[in-house]
Amino acid sequence: MKVREIIDILDAEILTGEENLDMEIKSACGADLMSDVMAYVKENVVLLTGLVNPQVIRTAEMMDISVVVFVRGKRPEKNIISLAEEAGMTILTTKHPMFIACGKLYSKGLQGRGVWD
Amino acid sequence: MSGSVMTREFVIPANDFAAAGEASSSVKRMLVQLGVDPLIVKKTAISMYEAEMNAVIHADGGKALLEIDSEKILIKIQDQGPGIPDLDKAMEEGYSTAPDEIREQGFGAGMGLPNMKRYSDKLDIKTEVGKGTTVEITIFLKQA
Repeated sequence: MKVREIIDILDAEILTGEENLDMEIKSACGADLMSDVMAYVKENVVLLTGLVNPQVIRTAEMMDISVVVFVRGKRPEKNIISLAEEAGMTILTTKHPMFIACGKLYSKGLQGRGVWD
Repeated sequence: MSGSVMTREFVIPANDFAAAGEASSSVKRMLVQLGVDPLIVKKTAISMYEAEMNAVIHADGGKALLEIDSEKILIKIQDQGPGIPDLDKAMEEGYSTAPDEIREQGFGAGMGLPNMKRYSDKLDIKTEVGKGTTVEITIFLKQA
């Protein structure tokens, strides 16, 4: 699934990182606990989260996650967006809550998950 | 083999949750520039970041030392915090002593040390209550 399809499915707004619109996403992770995100390794991941702070971007950076979706209409502050920009990440925001956002992506075929060990 | 050791030192600032992770971010970029295998970069970055976050959360920061030679990446995170009273317990997934305000920030899930163990090739922790903790993370450049 391409990033532009994710935007379409989630009716999301792109806040930065238009260069990744054609990037292929193979799996997703929905979490507010960043250490849970880091226990999960997989390539081409989109991270959905309700947590808004710079550590979300740091965590994504360490994990080579290029696309982050903030759920429930949350909008990160400028410093967070700049951090993402520096790391070449795409940041999206959707009005849907976590469960619905994950469900929509899952039902459209984004079902890949990570490996825990 | 010797003589090709590269070292760097980073300060992990105290009480600066927003800036936490800068040292790990610098190291990650450095390893990418050196052309280190992406999986090894990721293992190193995650382990170091968890250790760096622990130093910020539990110990008012500290310092990070990076040492790279032809065989391995060694990262030492040193703090002068409270130490870990029960290391076996701290290694269990889900066990955490982090305060609620840290949990609200998405950390303190009791996954930090288990994640370090998961991703490092060797993990050495020296800790003394009231004195501080040193976490040594080794990642081999040639993975078995």
